[in-house]
Amino acid sequence: MSNRVTVTLTVNGSEHEIEVEPRRLLVHALRDDLGLTGTHVGCDTSSCGACTVHLDGLAVKSCTILAAQAEGAQITTIEGLGGEHSLHPLQEAFWNEHGLQCGYCTPGMIMAAAALLEENPHPSEAEVRRALDGNLCRCTGYHNIVRAVQSAAQAQAPVAS
Amino acid sequence: MSATTERHVGQPLRRKEDPRLITGKARYIDDIALPGTLWAAFVRSPEAHARIVSIDAGAARARPGVHAVYTGADMADIGGPLPLAWAPPGVQVNNPPHWPLARASVKHVGDPVAVVIGDDRYAVVDAAEDVVVEYDPLPVVTDPEQALAGAPFVHPELGTNQVHQWTLAGGELEAGFAEAEVTIERRVVNHRIAGAPIEPRGVLADYRAGTITLYSSTQVPHFVRLFVALLLGTSEEKVRVIAPEVGGGFGSKLQIYGEEIVACWASRRLGRPVKWVETRSENMAVTHQGRDQIATVRMGARRDGKITAYHVQIVADLGAYNMLLTPLIPSLGAFVMGGCYRIPAVRTDITGVFTNKCPTDAIRGAGRPEATHMIEVMMDQMARELGIDRLELRRRNFIPKEDFPAAVATGVVYDSGDYHASLDKLLEHVDLDAFRQEQARLREQGVHRGIGFSTYTEICGLAPSRITGPAGVGVGAGLWESALVRVHNTGAVTVYTGTSPHGQGLETAFAQIVADRLGVDPSVVEVIHGDTGTGPEGRGTYGSRSLANGGEAIVKATDKVVAKAAKIVAAELEAAPEDIVVRDGKFSVKGSPDKGMTLAEIAGVAYIGAVPEGMEPGLEETTFNDPENFVFPFGAHACIVDVDVATGKVDVVRYVAVDDCGNPVNPLLIAGQIHGGIAYGIGQALYEHVVYDDDGQLVTGSFVNYALPTAAELPSFELDHTVTPSPVNALGVKGVGEAGTIAATPAVTNAVVDALEPLGVHYINMPLTPMRVWRAIEEAQAR
Repeated sequence: MSNRVTVTLTVNGSEHEIEVEPRRLLVHALRDDLGLTGTHVGCDTSSCGACTVHLDGLAVKSCTILAAQAEGAQITTIEGLGGEHSLHPLQEAFWNEHGLQCGYCTPGMIMAAAALLEENPHPSEAEVRRALDGNLCRCTGYHNIVRAVQSAAQAQAPVAS
Repeated sequence: MSATTERHVGQPLRRKEDPRLITGKARYIDDIALPGTLWAAFVRSPEAHARIVSIDAGAARARPGVHAVYTGADMADIGGPLPLAWAPPGVQVNNPPHWPLARASVKHVGDPVAVVIGDDRYAVVDAAEDVVVEYDPLPVVTDPEQALAGAPFVHPELGTNQVHQWTLAGGELEAGFAEAEVTIERRVVNHRIAGAPIEPRGVLADYRAGTITLYSSTQVPHFVRLFVALLLGTSEEKVRVIAPEVGGGFGSKLQIYGEEIVACWASRRLGRPVKWVETRSENMAVTHQGRDQIATVRMGARRDGKITAYHVQIVADLGAYNMLLTPLIPSLGAFVMGGCYRIPAVRTDITGVFTNKCPTDAIRGAGRPEATHMIEVMMDQMARELGIDRLELRRRNFIPKEDFPAAVATGVVYDSGDYHASLDKLLEHVDLDAFRQEQARLREQGVHRGIGFSTYTEICGLAPSRITGPAGVGVGAGLWESALVRVHNTGAVTVYTGTSPHGQGLETAFAQIVADRLGVDPSVVEVIHGDTGTGPEGRGTYGSRSLANGGEAIVKATDKVVAKAAKIVAAELEAAPEDIVVRDGKFSVKGSPDKGMTLAEIAGVAYIGAVPEGMEPGLEETTFNDPENFVFPFGAHACIVDVDVATGKVDVVRYVAVDDCGNPVNPLLIAGQIHGGIAYGIGQALYEHVVYDDDGQLVTGSFVNYALPTAAELPSFELDHTVTPSPVNALGVKGVGEAGTIAATPAVTNAVVDALEPLGVHYINMPLTPMRVWRAIEEAQAR
């Protein structure tokens, strides 16, 4: 596999041109080529969701898409969602509600939750649980993750009372 | 030095760990890059049992970018096989060699045969495909009971598949059964599960000029250092092991793995860093698994409900090899086999068996979930047999709180407990009469709802060395824990712990403990862990030991710092050291709160000013804490399920847990551990099952067919607690990492039986998958 393709990606607002093997997974392009290691890999089968990023506004599992398929796309990773001094409401909520333990699933979980709240700003508990069923967590039992998503929803766009 | 006023301990502080984790700035093993790193990929056996006829690595070596292909024969210079460190005491254990790369034969699917090392993470996987291994398949055994009966043998040279036999007995068993008016027997199967942390394992070995630095996703960096040194024939101080951010372990990273040894060995051989990151498929095949016990359980009782004798005979499927603790794991359950009940005679007989499957070892709870499942299921079975309410039967047999510390038949002493209180509290949340009415009403509508209970205790806080070391039950694991507390020039504090947390939040809990005692804010207390190159020798994180041992070590080291600081303050303020108290962020003189010094001012004296005559400068202290006993958390859980009798599908409707882990340090962290623990138990009870077919092929080799529970399957959990401090440590704490898992499986199982009782299903074994539940209903209806 010596042939390479040139791929142009806009990641967290910055444009990058990378030369990769056609088979290179987007997640490896993000992690190993661009140094954005906040996106994780937890399985080989698109089951765990640790690699979830936003691609043109949709939550996708970056282990299930080739870097080449993302040509021209706008990608947001956990690093682009919010930083140390500019936490996204979901990051803040995961912190406040103890929505993480080992933290490995957390970036993917937060990215999936962010996509949910874009689509449905005030999800019920059942809607949160259904929306996150493609993201596995082994530590929290999901209890505080669900709390965090609902609390972020409240913080982001309070329901008019 | 008087007691300090507590301010942070007991508070639900949000975690110090989280800012790096929620922003994607944490560094797990695969996030670490060193210059010149080579990648490793393993060639693994597709056969469950075979002789290796030949290995042809020519094509792989010829690929561009491949630096080396090594086999077991190339590693002939290592100091020995992978270790079995803690064996059950006083018995012979068959322990055939287990090499980092197989020599001559393979014993289970995934056994590593060769390693390919090259420039690129994708290219080494291609090259591994090019290594041609010729296997001569040998007969396979996967059923532990068949394996005990005779050939085929996993290790033919032994002439048996039996690993060992071990018994723990106390009280007069025969007399107990003779006294019994009712004796019941059940076959209790506790099936095999995977640890399945979401971060798989990984290693990065960096040999340079005589020293090795190994980054490994491990729970036990100090043990890994010891065995890397021994197996590589180097000296311990030449090896530094760093556990970076670790993405969960659940016991599966309490191990010395062959990949750790291979990476270090190859890095030394090639003079380049070598990195390997496990795929999930590898994780499911070769990272040690848990449980897998078949038990014949006999319980005897008088008609009045008094349990008189309890006998458990376990066949433990240990898989193909002994790993670090493999044959010891079932023994850990034996110490609490009688649960929270006063049973005069308890005996556990364990037979370990080799099969052509992945080895088993510690997985969350390690022996205690199995023991708790048995006793709690048996209590329900006995209650039905006796016609006594199942909670009433429990109450009649609870060890009363007046009896603590309570010596039990198995020979251990439970530190503290109040089992009636936790059950009482549980019933404040669960209105049983209302539930029975609702249940009856739902049954008329065709909905089969059931409730199950589990009143549990467990043994954890692994230490003390007097019992775990050679002089006690002699498992050869002298367990204690260390701490170094260092106050810097400015009054900021760094704490080094020998524990190795990987998600538990101990950086926060430990900082809370230190902050209160030193009168500083937790934000200026940094906790360093998981690095053998800093801080004292340590023992790692597992067995719910880190707070009770590691936290207590920090208490002791901090108190030594406080004592020294008090002497400095006393000298500066011309007071007596015993009159110095820590209050409102100051070390002040009792009775004159305006006279005092902050920790920063004291540190200034200790490092820059003049310490009192005869005192060494500096302000740091080290402790090795060796407690007098284990700790025994306990509680009462209730689970309510709906069973769809047409499909056999079980849904958890409600889960209520009352737990007692002693004094709370951080309620947020405790709740998180219990939530996760319960989910782990529900996962085992309803969904998870590692399955091998008769040929030893792994059927559940990925997350596609190994069913971890998702958010959609689980309910929110309702938690409450009682507080019964442990007398064995100054904090009064008990472990909480495993309690939820230990309690949950029998609560779920008993609930399913309760739901199906009208259909004639009185007993069922896990996993309670739709097919198994449906079959149980069909069989009961056909009777």
